[in-house]
Amino acid sequence: MTKLKDWLVAGTVLLLGRRERERGPERQPIVAAGAPNHRAENVLLLLFFLVTLAAAAFIAVYALDRLSNQTQWLGLALGGSFCLLAAACLVIAKHLVVTEELAEPYPERESPCAQGEIEQIVHESGSRFTRKRLVTLAGSGALGALGLAALVPAASLGPVLDTDSLYTTPWRKGRRLVDDAGKPFAVADVREQTFYTAYPEGADRELIGAPLVVVRLPPGELKERRSWAPHGIVAYSKICTHAGCAIALYRKPTFAPTQPRPALVCPCHYSTFDPADAGKVIFGPAGRALPQLPLLVDRKGELRAAGNFSGPVGPSWWGVRMGKARS
Amino acid sequence: MVGRADGEGALVIKAAVRFIDQRTGTAPMIKKTLRYIFPDHWSFLLGEVALYCFMLLVATGVYLTFFFDDSVSQTTYHGPYKPLDGATMSHAYQSVLHISFSTKAGLLMRQTHHWAANVFVAAIILHLLRVFFTGAFRKPRDLTYLIGIGMLTLALLEGYLGYSLADDLLSGMGLAIGYSVAMSIPFVGANFATLIWGGPFPGSSSFWPRMFIAHVLIFPILIALLLTVHLVLVASRHHTQFKASKRETERQVVGVPAFPAQAPRSLGLMFAVFGVLFLLGGLVQINPVWLWGPYHVGDATNGAQPDWYLGWLIGALRLVPSWDFTIGNYTVVPNPFWGGVLFPAIVFGIVALWPFLERRFTGDVAFHNLLDRPRDNPWRTAIGMALLTWVFLTFMAGSADRVDVLFGIPYSRQIWIYRVIVWVGPLLVGVITKRVCEELLRGEQASAVRRSAIAEG
Repeated sequence: MTKLKDWLVAGTVLLLGRRERERGPERQPIVAAGAPNHRAENVLLLLFFLVTLAAAAFIAVYALDRLSNQTQWLGLALGGSFCLLAAACLVIAKHLVVTEELAEPYPERESPCAQGEIEQIVHESGSRFTRKRLVTLAGSGALGALGLAALVPAASLGPVLDTDSLYTTPWRKGRRLVDDAGKPFAVADVREQTFYTAYPEGADRELIGAPLVVVRLPPGELKERRSWAPHGIVAYSKICTHAGCAIALYRKPTFAPTQPRPALVCPCHYSTFDPADAGKVIFGPAGRALPQLPLLVDRKGELRAAGNFSGPVGPSWWGVRMGKARS
Repeated sequence: MVGRADGEGALVIKAAVRFIDQRTGTAPMIKKTLRYIFPDHWSFLLGEVALYCFMLLVATGVYLTFFFDDSVSQTTYHGPYKPLDGATMSHAYQSVLHISFSTKAGLLMRQTHHWAANVFVAAIILHLLRVFFTGAFRKPRDLTYLIGIGMLTLALLEGYLGYSLADDLLSGMGLAIGYSVAMSIPFVGANFATLIWGGPFPGSSSFWPRMFIAHVLIFPILIALLLTVHLVLVASRHHTQFKASKRETERQVVGVPAFPAQAPRSLGLMFAVFGVLFLLGGLVQINPVWLWGPYHVGDATNGAQPDWYLGWLIGALRLVPSWDFTIGNYTVVPNPFWGGVLFPAIVFGIVALWPFLERRFTGDVAFHNLLDRPRDNPWRTAIGMALLTWVFLTFMAGSADRVDVLFGIPYSRQIWIYRVIVWVGPLLVGVITKRVCEELLRGEQASAVRRSAIAEG
């Protein structure tokens, strides 16, 4: 009897066991199991709490109306909470998930079979064409023309063919020089060893041809265009001929051993021009002399333009030596 | 209790997975993605840093657009910043002052945006150096590499547009230089520049809105598109890896799975990037535009320096001697072309074509999944270092004026020195690098021979 009972139990277990197996095999773990780490978990909880605190601090700082250094506090709170969150992630990465090192084959390098089929499809699809080369040529021509047509409206952005305006400046004979505040320059007020910015009276100051740099030199020091410089006062375009920055440095007084002559210097790339010698380049990258504006003194003893610049103003382009400055 | 919570969590996960799979059919793909293998090396994180910077740039940038005014029509400032009270300025500049002084968290967002831009470009360049010196650009990843170069180009232009928009004195000077560089392109420069600016500098009033749209829409979308393709290509060809043991081969990739091991690391890096950038944005002043003042054509400031990633171009513009190339009255090459167009074109040209040049000269057309150490390829490392030295010395030349002010070394003397060493330096560095690489390899071979001799007894 006991033997029969044993057989029955064994049989049932086997049957049930098989039925279990039939229902689906026991799931293999995909991610390797690891031991719990209570300390790391505690640190993580603490970090999450601190992130919450810092985020709340950010909201509180934002809500405060009169707080000095608010930007700094906001940055500290927000940046701090992100940094704490980063630390939390690192705790998870280092101590709370299993780091498995896996290996697998790189993806297939290529699929020659599919490549061949693609070629075949393309090739066979053209079976009804007889003059393939001509059709391709005509088709590319058509698409090219249409593409070009689609691009043409971009020309509305600006005057693409009209480069004439590059020669124009607001200066003309008789136009008065005024300073920042609109005050004319009296000859007596223009002193040596100093640097003035002048604008054309009654014209737009934001034009590249508008601003002037005015300096006064002893008339004997001038090497060229003495008739353009009444009382030794010379005026040049303030815009550097290299890269269009305003010339903001006047090297006067000079340091004899290294800088023997007064010079106008652009602070962007240090193109250096000689105000006593028609604005010629004496150092730096500029490829052209600074355009000079001839001056005259009117009956009230104030400075006026005696004409337009000696050449176009501003940075060089292909046509900069092909035309004169115009009003 | 714990058991019950776990059970509920499992049910939620089960429901979510089923919901997604039944509607998208992506369960197999998601499963594969979760177990995607990341080879492990710190230098592989540089590209990720750039990605997270881009995300933060978009977030902070969107915030800034809500307050920025893209009009350059002039107005008179009367605001909390007293030194500029009564100054004539554009609405654009005024709105940047408004963001900085009158908008809560505005300055934090603006400064974080600017810092993120600087770190973004830095991360891209470091990533590029890593990819270059380890040969990660070789087939099948040359296309991925080219897309990366495209993103670097866009990032530089995008950064330039960004700090130009503020219309402060420095940004105006930067635009004047950009205009001059555009004008200097042989034969078509003037037409191109007047087309873009809508007339001679400072251009038409619609130039600012155009620049704004380019900065906040066109360039970000282009970068995001290239970024997507870049990442898809990386994933489809899988990561490269160093040969750390016998398990890493050209056919088999070894590393940690995306989930759970890699995910918290990447997220941690992302939050760390955000955190550091917000800390910088809050605590470390950057581009205090209120100190520069508004831009007017006739104004300039001394000691002008662009954002760091354009320093190599300002250096190049400063180093070129006074020389416009003319034929008769026709100016074929205006001066800014040499430093502003030709120099970056050569650098970018060499960098972009390098995978193809290397393939041509070495005849190596094989697939490469294993990375080189820099010493493994002395020629590549030497040429890369020479190019880097060329760019770096030019970059240093861009700060010669600051060195003059800080250390009293005359500017013109420094420029003459740089004009010589930008040519000699790269040659020297190239030769030394090649020699060092070869010696390192020889040393390894020698010690390997010694080891096997000892082993044989």
